[in-house]
Amino acid sequence: MNNQDNNNYFSGSKAVIESFLAEGVDTIFGYPGGTIMPVYDALYDYRDRVNHILVRHEQCAVHSAQGYARASGKTGVCIVTSGPGATNTVTGLADALLDSTPIVLISGQVASGALGTDAFQETNFIQITQAVTKWNCQVKRAADIPAAIAKAFYIAQSGRPGPVVVDITKDAQMELAEFHYEKVNFIRSYHPYPVLDKEKIAEAAKLINLSNRPLVLVGQGVVLGEAGEELKAFLEKSGIPAASTLLGLSALPTNHPQYVGMLGMHGNYAPNVKNKDCDLLIAIGMRFDDRVTGTPETFGKNAKIIHLDIDPSEINKIIYADVPVIGDVKESLPVLTELLAQKHHKDWIAEFKACYNIEYNAIIEPSIHPTSPQVRMGEVVSGVSKAYNDDAIMVTDVGQQQMVAARFFGYTRPRSIITSGGLGTMGFGLPAAIGAKLGCPEREVCLFVGDGGLQMSIQEFGTIFQSDIHVKVILLNNSFLGMVRQWQELFFDKRYSFTEMINPDFGLIAQANRIAYQCVEERADLEEAIKKMKAHKGAYLLEVRVEKEENVFPMVQAGASVEDVRLE
Amino acid sequence: MNKEYIITVFSENKVGLLGEITAVLTQRSINIESLTVSESALQGIHKFTIIVSTESEQIEKAAKQIEKIIDVLKAFVYTQDEVVQQEIALYKVTRSTNVEKLVRDHHVRILEIFDDYIILEKTGHKQDTQALFELLKPYGVQQFVRSGQVAIIKSKHELLDEYLESINKNI
Repeated sequence: MNNQDNNNYFSGSKAVIESFLAEGVDTIFGYPGGTIMPVYDALYDYRDRVNHILVRHEQCAVHSAQGYARASGKTGVCIVTSGPGATNTVTGLADALLDSTPIVLISGQVASGALGTDAFQETNFIQITQAVTKWNCQVKRAADIPAAIAKAFYIAQSGRPGPVVVDITKDAQMELAEFHYEKVNFIRSYHPYPVLDKEKIAEAAKLINLSNRPLVLVGQGVVLGEAGEELKAFLEKSGIPAASTLLGLSALPTNHPQYVGMLGMHGNYAPNVKNKDCDLLIAIGMRFDDRVTGTPETFGKNAKIIHLDIDPSEINKIIYADVPVIGDVKESLPVLTELLAQKHHKDWIAEFKACYNIEYNAIIEPSIHPTSPQVRMGEVVSGVSKAYNDDAIMVTDVGQQQMVAARFFGYTRPRSIITSGGLGTMGFGLPAAIGAKLGCPEREVCLFVGDGGLQMSIQEFGTIFQSDIHVKVILLNNSFLGMVRQWQELFFDKRYSFTEMINPDFGLIAQANRIAYQCVEERADLEEAIKKMKAHKGAYLLEVRVEKEENVFPMVQAGASVEDVRLE
Repeated sequence: MNKEYIITVFSENKVGLLGEITAVLTQRSINIESLTVSESALQGIHKFTIIVSTESEQIEKAAKQIEKIIDVLKAFVYTQDEVVQQEIALYKVTRSTNVEKLVRDHHVRILEIFDDYIILEKTGHKQDTQALFELLKPYGVQQFVRSGQVAIIKSKHELLDEYLESINKNI
């Protein structure tokens, strides 16, 4: 097909790849099939410039692209075929939408003349993905491809990022058209960077200067806005303690003197139990997810709320904001900091530290230095984190290991945690770790995954082998769907309905995929095994048989107030 | 408490946008009482007039979510007292002296007359067009259609004009 291209007349397929290059794309996650074959044919000529990763399931193409995007800060790119290829991506897109991850997904579509005829592998993908994308469009002419892709990249990565789908009919991929690429930086109906309201910022500063018991709630907006330094400057001038949401972790180093822990259902004790004592909450780039607020009616009940967010629709969605500051936090934080009085809140922070000590004695110490006969999840996470000097990119799956990993891993720089927060997608971990390693090849990537979640995307070991991805997979195997089992124990009379897993031999699966493997059952072997894993050049599966019925605490029960956080 | 609201949405002309806008309402179980779409006074910009009955808190959130759709320029929410609403109803009615009397008494417009039926047109609020339907019913209404409501806001300016001006200034 490429032989027919002359001068600037490209096939639609070649236009797709050239558009990618114009956007600086170097990595694509995808899976070929009938209606996308022309694009794959064009890609064949670009193997030297574009690294295409052949995943083993289209859902994982999106999760890998998410891992890539969140580790690197760039937009993740996927290519899939129509019909099942396209529908398989829906979970990934939904995950990316809830967690604000920039993704551009190109899907093949049947030829324009066959649209609406129930043709082979036809689905109405535009309709299907309306609810799980930030924007989507269908392209039926080659000439429209560059403009559609330019718009897609602009929308995916600007403002509050999100996933975007461009559905391209097969005839548009084969048609010839003049290629002309122009990046998009304006859309009349879309204003990703709201103009700052200086009056609101002044009001916010006034509240902060008057407050005696303020708390900052750090969200992923700080990471996405690359505002880590601006946050530090704000905190250090105001002296205010800061807690983080799950996705906000690593925006602030774990050892920052004003950092007081993670918010939420399985967050730290202090920021939950002290919620009722706060007279001011300053939410920075977070959206008051119900896993953070517990019952919203009692969240911050004695506090005024300042809400900084780039997305106007988040203001007053869950929690009423006394002072909303709409805008990119990278812009708004310095303006706000400028207006603050230099203060410290030493006594107030000491109250958080006292709560931390309660949690340390009740939960942290028994988790990381247990005396129980079996290995516990916390000691594994803490051991791995230390072995990597708290500097690895930590990826998790979903469930108990996710909460334990988020709590016990240490962070020294932003973009160091990649986890499925909003959608809670089991099977996210393994493909996301692959993407993270490709997005940040110079950093170590450690995945914590349970025996349930691993088996939801275990076929990606094939991708790891074929593309030689050096990820370290730490399997915390308790032979249960642990988080559901914990809820069954606590709220369903220990009726373990279909949560026990009779597992395959993970060592054989690793071996079949030529992945180095070790299994640890005794605490005494753990440290050495972690060292061995770290020293190994290449992918590694470290299976640790952990206590079967360990529960994750602290815990805020669903429907309870955060101040009623349980330690046991 | 539920109250009637009029949402006007101005958008680019994009395939599938109607579905995206109504999906915001269906996700929140807000039932649409009436919906009309057509090109607005500004060329290339489409205007949706959506009448819903819901709570004040819900409507503000829904409007923000509608405005968040990339191809939506602006969404405005009004209460009934802020707008003038009208709709058109057409009736296909069997001819009889009774019907002709009703036409005279209620200032109904006759669109066309055929041998055995006439087509009537009534413009007004939903309750007016409904009331006429009830009156005509005993004499044989063969067909009855309503256009859905359109609304004009009472305030001096069309808010979208100001909005478009502000965008142009910022470019």
